[in-house]
Amino acid sequence: MDLGSINPILLVASLMVAATPIILAAIGELVVEKAGVLNLGVEGMMITGAVCGFIVAVETDSPTLGFLCAALGGAVLSLLFGLLTQYLLSNQVATGLGLTLFGLGLSALLGQSYVGLKAPATPKLDIPVLSDIPVLGPVLFSHDLMVYLALALLAGVWAVLKYSRAGLILRAVGENHDAAHALGYKVVRIRLLAIMFGGACAGLGGAYVSLIRVPQWTEGMTAGAGWIALAIVVFASWKPGRVLLGAYLFGGITVLQLNLQAAGVAIPVEYLSMSPYLITIVVLVIMSADRSRAALNAPASLGRTFHASH
Amino acid sequence: MKFTSILTGAALALGLAGAAMAQDKTKVGFVYVGPVGDGGWTYEHNQGRLAVEKEFGDAVETVFQENVPEGADAERVLTQMALSGADLIFTTSFGYMDPTVNVAAKFPNVKFEHATGYKRADNVSTYSARFYEGRAIQGHIAGKMTKSNVIGYIASFPIPEVIRGINSAYIHAKKVNPDVEFKIIWAYTWFDPAKEADAAKALIEQGADVILQHTDSTAPQAAAEQAGNVITFGQASDMGEYAPMPRVSSIIDNWAPYYLARTKAVMDGTWTSVDTWDGIGAGMVGIGEISDAVPADVKAEALAMKDAIAAGTYHPFTGPLKKQDGSDWLAEGEVADDGTLAGMGFYVEGIVGDIPQ
Repeated sequence: MDLGSINPILLVASLMVAATPIILAAIGELVVEKAGVLNLGVEGMMITGAVCGFIVAVETDSPTLGFLCAALGGAVLSLLFGLLTQYLLSNQVATGLGLTLFGLGLSALLGQSYVGLKAPATPKLDIPVLSDIPVLGPVLFSHDLMVYLALALLAGVWAVLKYSRAGLILRAVGENHDAAHALGYKVVRIRLLAIMFGGACAGLGGAYVSLIRVPQWTEGMTAGAGWIALAIVVFASWKPGRVLLGAYLFGGITVLQLNLQAAGVAIPVEYLSMSPYLITIVVLVIMSADRSRAALNAPASLGRTFHASH
Repeated sequence: MKFTSILTGAALALGLAGAAMAQDKTKVGFVYVGPVGDGGWTYEHNQGRLAVEKEFGDAVETVFQENVPEGADAERVLTQMALSGADLIFTTSFGYMDPTVNVAAKFPNVKFEHATGYKRADNVSTYSARFYEGRAIQGHIAGKMTKSNVIGYIASFPIPEVIRGINSAYIHAKKVNPDVEFKIIWAYTWFDPAKEADAAKALIEQGADVILQHTDSTAPQAAAEQAGNVITFGQASDMGEYAPMPRVSSIIDNWAPYYLARTKAVMDGTWTSVDTWDGIGAGMVGIGEISDAVPADVKAEALAMKDAIAAGTYHPFTGPLKKQDGSDWLAEGEVADDGTLAGMGFYVEGIVGDIPQ
């Protein structure tokens, strides 16, 4: 065993990279759930974003366009969910699960001829001076733009939800859609917009995996990140700040277990491989142990179908 | 591809009347563990399939199925392939061993060929390549070129083939560089680019400047390219798109001659169950071009070793060698026998860590 060979600075730096797709997907889902909609299709939207982003980036040689189209692809897929649940009033849980399965299949079909291709490189944002600062430089200032964008998005969502009128309306819709409707807010329209925002974020998260983290396309490459994002929203008790914490915790353990293996820690590999998921489950159990508080944080209308009778 | 098999199934149903015509064609099936576009293992098997089509033209019909999980699913796929009239089926991954033997027992008239396994039957042959010969050359180059003396190894599953590769690479790296250290990550997958990329990154962060991989995707190559100053070797396929850096050489599997010979044998009715294990000498293992990133003298040494292995004058597992626990394995000048190699379940002396059970 040689724990000294694990460089904590690089570990934290790659933790930020590993957590970015989850942050993106989770923050999108948080907004959706704050609006009172439970979309279990995050995984499907992520993988669709991953393939859309990859295809466009390869064809146009532009990662930026790739990310834009990934967001678009995720949003379009989520619109399907929106139409089904908001206009046709289908069950949100079943529709969301269906969306995941559909997304996985659709992405495999779209990506058939793109397996094994190389994605155009996304430049790292090496900020001069700042990235040379010892410790802080490699941890904070030498990532690609998407890492910062994800953090900015997170901060933006937090600010909008907490301080803006739009955030207040969104929360009102999520807490009590009948009251919001009575006040004259367009519940369905607001929810559709939230769903599309969630889809776009999930798509970006997926594209981060296929364009930067791997970068390659293969079927099912998001490998459950969407489900982790869903779990992290609950873990975060619908608070953006805690999403960051949850994503870093999960990303950190994912990276750490590989590092521990490479350092030759005498824990069976199987335990190390399952540790990120195990810890997510443990944390969820702890968070939900106090039932009354957990229930207090959840948007009151979460997962309920809204139908304006008059 | 599921769709292909549905089509072939439908075609078979429609074509029952024309059974006489179908008899003329030899139908050869291939079961792949990854997608044909993986750029590695499955890609090369598919090249072998294409060679069969090219060689025999209208006399053969090939079908294949990609991304077949190792286990019960494989049995279903194999049964379907056998039912749809395949005469010869190549199952191209270690994990298909039991499914192949099980299905073969149900279809005594269909010939099966299982890659990298060790279970045979009257209608099941096994074939594999001596990848460890290529690993020896990789180990030599890696040992010479590493500056950090840390070599990262992305292993797939703890099976003899993979362990052999680790040992062979380690022995030859150690021989030219006594300070060399191997860091091994077990990915538990043959093909999962995200996981392979993360594993490569973790190894690089821990100081590895050489990444050896026994997984099939090019993701570790991409990770090494991003990191810079890290060298890699193409696995199963040349992965030449990453040359000259990070990919400095590669092990190339060349299945085509074997597939041609076995298909021909089925057509001639001379097929028998055999156990084939060929290496560099027979051309089943190729060494991809050693790029200019490797110093000329190292390249020359590597090529000399390749020639010696091909000629049979040098065996990568030549004593004196000890096992990891310090017990003697091979005496001075003694060469490992194929039986021990085929079932290898131990590290050689010097490798740190345990093989997962």
